[in-house]
Amino acid sequence: MADFLLELRCEEIPARMQAGARAELEKLFRKQLEADGISVEDLRVWSTPRRLALIARGLPLETEATSIEVKGPRVGAPDQAINGFLGRYLADREELVERNGVYFLERLAAGRPISRVLQEAVETLVREFSWPKSMRWGEASISTDSLRWVRPLSGIVAILDGDVLECDVPGVPVGRETIGHRFHSSGTITISDADIYELKLLGHKVIVDHEERQNIIREGAARVAAEAGLTLVADEGLVIENAGLTEWPVPLLGRFDEAFLDVPPEVIQLTARVNQKYFVCEDAGGKLANAFVCTANIEAADPAVVVDGNRKVLAARLSDARFFWEQDQKTPLAEHAKKLSRITFHEKLGTVADKVERVAKLAEWLASEGIVPNCDPALARQAAELCKADLVTEMVGEFPELQGLMGGYYATKEGLPVEVAEAIRDHYKPVGQGDEVPTAPVTVAVSLADKLDTLAQFFRIDERPTGSKDPFALRRAVLGLVSLTVQNGLRYDFLAAFDQAVEGDLSLETATAGGHFASFVIDRLKVQQRDAGVRHDVIDAVASFGGDDDVGSERDIVRLLARVHALQAFVTTEDGTNLLAGYKRAANILKKEGWQGGGEPEHTGEEDPLALVDAPGMAEIVAEQAHPSGTHLSYTLEPAEKALIDALDTAAPRAAQAVEAEQFADAMAALATLRAPIDRFFEEVTVNADESEKRKARLALLARFRDAVHRVADFSRIEG
Amino acid sequence: MAPGMESEAKSPARESAPDGRDPTRSFQDMILTLHDFWSANGCVILQPYDMRMGAGTFHTATTLRALGPEPWNAAFVQPCRRPTDGRYGENPNRLQHYYQYQVILKPSPADIQELYLASLKAIGIDPLAHDIRFVEDDWESPTLGAWGLGWEVWCDGMEVTQFTYFQQMGGFDCKPVAGELTYGLERLAMYIQGVDNVYDLAFNQHGVSYGDVFLENERQMSKWNFEVAETDALFDLFAKAEAECRNALSAGVPIAAYEQAIEASHVFNLLQARGVISVQERASYMGRVRDLARSSCEAYAEKMSPEWEAKYPGWRLV
Repeated sequence: MADFLLELRCEEIPARMQAGARAELEKLFRKQLEADGISVEDLRVWSTPRRLALIARGLPLETEATSIEVKGPRVGAPDQAINGFLGRYLADREELVERNGVYFLERLAAGRPISRVLQEAVETLVREFSWPKSMRWGEASISTDSLRWVRPLSGIVAILDGDVLECDVPGVPVGRETIGHRFHSSGTITISDADIYELKLLGHKVIVDHEERQNIIREGAARVAAEAGLTLVADEGLVIENAGLTEWPVPLLGRFDEAFLDVPPEVIQLTARVNQKYFVCEDAGGKLANAFVCTANIEAADPAVVVDGNRKVLAARLSDARFFWEQDQKTPLAEHAKKLSRITFHEKLGTVADKVERVAKLAEWLASEGIVPNCDPALARQAAELCKADLVTEMVGEFPELQGLMGGYYATKEGLPVEVAEAIRDHYKPVGQGDEVPTAPVTVAVSLADKLDTLAQFFRIDERPTGSKDPFALRRAVLGLVSLTVQNGLRYDFLAAFDQAVEGDLSLETATAGGHFASFVIDRLKVQQRDAGVRHDVIDAVASFGGDDDVGSERDIVRLLARVHALQAFVTTEDGTNLLAGYKRAANILKKEGWQGGGEPEHTGEEDPLALVDAPGMAEIVAEQAHPSGTHLSYTLEPAEKALIDALDTAAPRAAQAVEAEQFADAMAALATLRAPIDRFFEEVTVNADESEKRKARLALLARFRDAVHRVADFSRIEG
Repeated sequence: MAPGMESEAKSPARESAPDGRDPTRSFQDMILTLHDFWSANGCVILQPYDMRMGAGTFHTATTLRALGPEPWNAAFVQPCRRPTDGRYGENPNRLQHYYQYQVILKPSPADIQELYLASLKAIGIDPLAHDIRFVEDDWESPTLGAWGLGWEVWCDGMEVTQFTYFQQMGGFDCKPVAGELTYGLERLAMYIQGVDNVYDLAFNQHGVSYGDVFLENERQMSKWNFEVAETDALFDLFAKAEAECRNALSAGVPIAAYEQAIEASHVFNLLQARGVISVQERASYMGRVRDLARSSCEAYAEKMSPEWEAKYPGWRLV
C-alpha cells in the first residue's frame, strides 16, 4: 500500500473559489485513478489561499493486470493481412483465437506501477483543472497555449511513499520543496513524506486544513467578543471567507467610535462585512455594539497596530455611511420619489415612477375592494407611492441590498404612519421560499400590488421566463404572490387582478398574455406545492386551464388549494379511484360516440331551458337534461339506469351546493355516492343499444354523470 | 510653483531631519524611494504622461506597451483626474486629482509578488507589524478592451495597491502577460505617516504639506468641474477629439489617435461631472470613447506587428 501527497502551490486563490477547487481536485484525481481501476478509499483534500493539497492513503502498488482483446482479420483473409496484423502486435499465429469467423488476439496487460498512474493523473489534472476564471502568466505566456491556472502556479510537491513522483508540468518545478507562511517563514521547507506534511507546515505557521482554520476563526472571534463582554453575531459566510484569506488566522477585536451607532445597525453590519470582511458584535441587550472582529493573517508584533489600522479603515467607511444617512434625510421621501422618473424601469414599461404609480393604483384597489381586508386604501396608496423612493438615496446607491429597509428608516424619521414605514420596509418580501411573508395589511397590499404589476406588465409585453432564463425574476415574483395570497387567505380572482393590473387593456395580445399568466401561476403553484406533497395532476384537475373550455376553472388561489386538498384526499380512497375509473370510461364512450352534448347548461329552474337552444338536434338532449328523472321516455328504464338517475338527482345538486358553499369535502362525499351506481350501470346496461332512443338517452345520462363530476373537478386530468 | 511653497522651502531647517530620505515622513521621499527601488530592479523610470487621464493605466507605457512580445519594465507616477470625486477640499480622503504609482513588468516575473512586498518594506511597511493580504479583485476596462486577474492588496484592511496580470489589451491577447502594480500614493502615505486627512500629509521634510500644494487646486478645480466648465465647449471638444482621433487613425499614426481617445475620455468625465449627460446618452458616449480607444489600440498593434513578428519569429498578433 502506498501513500501519496500532492500540493499545488500558487499565488493567492480567491477565497470564494477554494471550496470549488477542492471538489474539482478530488473529482479529477478520483476520475484519473478510477480510469486505471483504482478506487481511492482514504482521500483528504485541503486548501489555503496559497495551496491546494491532497493526501491519498492505501493506494495499491500497481494496477491489476487486465486482459485486452484485439479484433483481427477475418478467418480466411489473405496471409498478407494476417501477417500485417501479427506484425503490428508482434504476435505469433498460434496466439490467434477464432471466434465467429474472426481472429482475435488476446493479451494480458501487466499491472502498471502506481507511480505511472499518479504521474499521468497529476499531469492531466493540472491541464484539465477547471477554474471559474483562469489566466496565463510569465515568460511562457508569449504563447496562448501556455498553462492556465487561477493565479500563477508556482510549484508542486508530489511525494509517493517518501519519493518524489516524477512528472512534467511545463514551467512548474515538481519536488519535495514547499514554502511556509508568507511572512512568518522564509526559505523552503523539505517534505519527506505525506505523514509529515501537515505538521511540518504547522511549524511554519500554515494551517493547511481549511476546516481547522474555520474553527479557529469561529471560536476565536466568539472568544475575543466574549472577553470584551459582547456576543459575536455569527456569520458562517464570513468564517469561510476569512479562512480562505489566511493561512494563520488570528481574530482580533477592535472598537469604533460610538457616535457611528446612530447609523442603522444593518448599515454598519453590511459595511463591516461586505467591504472589510469583519464580524460585528452585540451587547448584553442584543443591540449592535461599537466593536468589530477582523481576522489577521499574522501573529503581529503588536496586534494593537493592526487593529488600529483596521479601525481607521472602518471609520472612513462608516463616515461615508453616516454622511449618506444624514444627507438622505435632508430630503423627504416624496421628493426622492420624484427622481424615479429619471430611471428607466424597462424600455417598454416606462420609468420607475410609472411603475410606482401603477403599484399605487393597484394597492389602493386591493384595499378598497376588500381583497386585502382591514386595509386603509389611502395608507396603501401612500405607502406604495413612497416604496421605491429609497432607490435614489445615496445609501441604497452604495448598498443596493438595503433597498426597502432604508426607505422604512427614512419614513420613520420623517414621522410617517408606522403602517406606511413598515410597508415600505417589507414590501419586497417574501424574497424567496422560506422568507418571512408579510401579514400587516398595508404591507400586504403594497407587496402584492408590486408583484402583480411586475408580472402583469412583463407578461403584457411578452417577456416571459424561458428555460433557465428569468431576467426579471418573474418566478420569484409569482411565488411571492402565491405566498402572500395563501398565508393571508386573500380571496380574489387572479385573472381579474391581472386585468386590473393591465388597466383594462382589452387587446387580443393582452388577453393572450392573461392566459399565459394564468398558466404561469398554476405552474409555479405546482412547483411550490410539490414539497407539501400536492399532486400536479390534481391541481390541473381543479385549475383546468388550457382546455377547450375553462368553465369551472378555479382562479381563486385560496379556494383552489382547498379544492385540491379535498380532491387529493378523495381520489386516493377506494371510492375515489373507482369513481375516477367510471368517469374515464364514461368520457371515453362519449368521445368515441362523438357525443356533442357539451356541458350541462346553467339553469335556475325558472326559465325554459329549451329557449336557450337553437339547434334543433340539441332540444332533445336539453329536454332530457332538464327533466332528468327520465319519466317522459317511452321505454322502460332498466334498474341500473334508474338507480344512476336517482343517484344523480341527489348527488349532482348536493355536490354543486357544496362547491358553492366551499365545502369541498362534502362535494367529494356527494360524488362518492355515485360510485356504486356508475359501476352497476356499466355492468348491467348496454349503452350502445340498437334502439336509437335508448342509445341517446343513455349517452345523455353518461354525459350528465360526467358533467356532474366535472363540476367538482376535471377528472380527465387526474392520472391513474 | 505656489509662492507660499517657495518661502517654506527657503526657511532654514525646521524640526525635520534635513539629511537622509525618509519615506515614512515625506510624500516625495516615498515616491523617490519607489523610484530607486524599481530603478534598481530594471525599470525605466518615466515621467507622467502630459495629458489629463482618469488612471495610470491609460499611460501609453502601460496600455500600448502591454501589447507585443517585447519585454518592457517601467515605473512612473501618473496624476489622475476624476472630476466627479472632487469635494472642494472638504473631504479628508477624496480628491479630483491624485497620484498613482504605476509599475509595469512584462513578462510578469515569477517573483513579482516578492518584489512588490520588498517595495513595501522599502517605504516602511513591515509585514510582521502590518497585516498584508492579497484579496481577489479582477480588473476590466471595456473602454480599453482589456481585462486581467489579480488582487487588491490590503494593509491592515486598507486597499493600498491594485495588482493585475493583464490578459487582454485592446481586444488582443497579451503575449506575454504583463504584471501591473498600481499604488494609491496618497492612501499609502497617509497610512505610513499616520495622518487621517490627506491635506495633513507631509509633502517633504521641510514643512510643506500636501494641503499647501493642492488644497486650493482642489477647491478651484472642484468648482470648475462641477459648476463652471462651459458645457457647450466641452461637447465641442469631445466632437473634435473624436474627429481628430479618426484623422490620426486614417493617417496611420495610432499613438496620436490614442492621445485623442484619452482626451475624449476625460472630456466625457467632465461632462459627467457637470451633470449634463442623461442616463440614456451616457451609454452612447461611453460606447464612442470605447470605440476610439479600441480602434487606436488595434491600429497600434497592427502597425507594430510586422516589426514584432520579425523580431520574434513565430509570434503572431492573433
